[in-house]
Amino acid sequence: MTILLEPTGTVIPELTPTAPAHTTTIPSPGGTPIGPRRRVRGARLDDRFNLLGAASAGIAVAVLLFGWFSPLSGGVGWLLVAFIAFIGFYALLVSFASDWQEVKDRVMGVLLASAGVLLFGALVFVVAFTLVRGQEALPHLNFFTQSMELAGPLDGLEVGGIVHAILGTLMQISMALAITIPLGILTALFLNEVGGKFARFVRTISDAMTALPSIVAGLFVYSAIIVLITHQRSGFAAAMAITVMMLPIVIRASDIVLRLVPGNLREAAYALGSTRWRTVWHVVLPTARPGLATAVILGTARGIGETSPVLLTSGVTAVVNWNPFEGPMISLPLQVFDFVKSPEPNMIARGFGSAAVLILLVLALFVIARLIGGKGPGQLGRRQQERVIAASALDLQRITLQGDRRVLLDASAAQDDHRPQPSASTPSAPPSDPNPKETSS
Amino acid sequence: MSFSTLFDAPAVEPPTIDPANPDSSPRRSLAARPSVSDSVFRSVAFLAGCITVAIMLAVGVFLSLRASEALGVAGFSFLVEQDWSPESQKFGIASVLFGTITIAVIAMCVAVPLALGTALLISEVAQGRMRSTLVTLVDLMAAVPSVVFGLWGVFFLQANVIPVATWISTYFGWIPFFRVEDITGQTLTEASAFTSSAFIAGIVVGLMVVPTQTSVMREAFSQAPIGEREAAFALGSTRWGMIRAVVLPFGRGGIIGGTMLGLGRALGETIAVYMIISPIFTINWEVLKTGTNSVSALIALRYGESSSFGLSALMAAGLVLFLITLVINFTASSIVARSRSGAESD
Repeated sequence: MTILLEPTGTVIPELTPTAPAHTTTIPSPGGTPIGPRRRVRGARLDDRFNLLGAASAGIAVAVLLFGWFSPLSGGVGWLLVAFIAFIGFYALLVSFASDWQEVKDRVMGVLLASAGVLLFGALVFVVAFTLVRGQEALPHLNFFTQSMELAGPLDGLEVGGIVHAILGTLMQISMALAITIPLGILTALFLNEVGGKFARFVRTISDAMTALPSIVAGLFVYSAIIVLITHQRSGFAAAMAITVMMLPIVIRASDIVLRLVPGNLREAAYALGSTRWRTVWHVVLPTARPGLATAVILGTARGIGETSPVLLTSGVTAVVNWNPFEGPMISLPLQVFDFVKSPEPNMIARGFGSAAVLILLVLALFVIARLIGGKGPGQLGRRQQERVIAASALDLQRITLQGDRRVLLDASAAQDDHRPQPSASTPSAPPSDPNPKETSS
Repeated sequence: MSFSTLFDAPAVEPPTIDPANPDSSPRRSLAARPSVSDSVFRSVAFLAGCITVAIMLAVGVFLSLRASEALGVAGFSFLVEQDWSPESQKFGIASVLFGTITIAVIAMCVAVPLALGTALLISEVAQGRMRSTLVTLVDLMAAVPSVVFGLWGVFFLQANVIPVATWISTYFGWIPFFRVEDITGQTLTEASAFTSSAFIAGIVVGLMVVPTQTSVMREAFSQAPIGEREAAFALGSTRWGMIRAVVLPFGRGGIIGGTMLGLGRALGETIAVYMIISPIFTINWEVLKTGTNSVSALIALRYGESSSFGLSALMAAGLVLFLITLVINFTASSIVARSRSGAESD
């Protein structure tokens, strides 16, 4: 496949009879000119007409069935019938000009493409549906500045808002991150950089924990912390439930990222005599930093959207609660869930508004993760590369300057003491502490 | 490991070997002598590992301990009893487990073809920028909160899928699963008999697990050796012929493993299911008919009003669910690891 894509046929070397055996010998073109490169991909004109014709025939059949014979109704059913008819007609049209193998190839190609279209269409539709239905509540500024404290179920959208849920989400996720980031990354470091039998055990356990259903994590926190210790729902308990959910995700993702750090970077650090800690701090972590940031942000996106553990642990409230250890503290997904339980249209509109805010939050996190972590470990952007080059030029200057000075010093000492002069060709030792920051930026 | 122990010694004395008699000098010790910073780093990392394991084990041990109380009372009937009333000592997970598995199976019927098609589309058909965009979109889809899928299921899908469900039950009613009838055996056709069914919940859960499955499958497919692909093309195969002869056999482990990982997530899904279904506590074979249940929805429904013993019974249900997803996840990852595409060297 790649061979077809490579630029071929540019220069064919003249073959001589003395060409070594066991090599591919390309016959000489013998004076015939090499034509322009052939297109091996892309559709012919009749392929496009086949698609168009099959599509119109499929639509026509569906309209006919639904309009005249009508045992069927509904948009989804119409699409289904139209699609099946389209596939049938397409196979028929292709089979006029090609053999059975090609018919199979074309039909499967269309099926693969439609699976993709269906999936991504569904994704875009789910997100767009929420955003569009949320438009009713979003333009009201009070939606972001007020809580639901003074708003009754029958009040219009100009009263009340979700600032308490936004604050609750932020507080809960911050608490969860304060535990998850250090613990998760240190555990991942333990798995990769220390290793051993116990590390394998830790990896098995944390892999097992990714299977923990979120509701069971919530139930654990509910019966272990709320029922036994605090006797009330709180933001702290919700944060603990989110932590139990996020920790395995962050550990697994960071583990993969740390494993991608090239081994020769580590070996180079060890060969320069650095200790394991210095290797981790100055080589492994800076190299894996974009990937680690992505792992944490994606874990955050998952944690923010978790509803079921929060449902059991945080409690529902309509007021802003600044104290995470006392009293219920609602979060955005739970607020969505709570709003849409009500039959009032205004409450449902608020629910869609909150869901839209939640989606925008997740999208923003995702875009940030992509911007940071789009590159693999060790790959640098243009500006970063320029900075590294400038830093190493500075280093070179410093090293050569020091070396020259030492040679001069040695020469003057030799003149004084009539000591044998060290040869100038042996380079003087580089400074013992090369500036390690240059790899980190 | 051997590599790091070799190179860990921060400062080793230069070996003093007498060139005349090399055997006379004592053999240099290669044992690691970690510096202070190293031992601190090691013990902190070890401590982090211990805390992680402690948290995770605490969850497992606590669940088992609290669940054993209810399991001791219910005994074997916990697995076959359909009703759920711990107050009268009559409770079991037969109906909720059945509902969970029904929803998960329907989800798989929706998700596996979609995931397989999308994974092949990304790894075989799409090129360049298109491919990376699609990969990003799949990742993004995995991050969409489940409550949003639930909203979509309740406020959009439900109304639009009922005609399809009616149609299936009318024309395929001779298959027992698709029949919709009341207690007397009368076939129902009005729309209200088709709301809040396992079918609708299964479709939504299926859409939610597609990204997980797609990324595992795509990973496996993209590792199919280029030489074998080109060999298939060189023998005159079409693209689909190449996929069938090379990519699909090579990625079989990825397909099975990805499917099972998605199944594990589908079994544990709570909030979208809870929003859509109307809970019942009997085994309902008619998947298109209103009313089903799942273990996680049961927990979300009953945790608040439970006594201490009721909580223990819910713990037991949660424990069974956890054990099922655990077995599925470990089987899946071992299948992926043992398959040809999961092996590192080839």
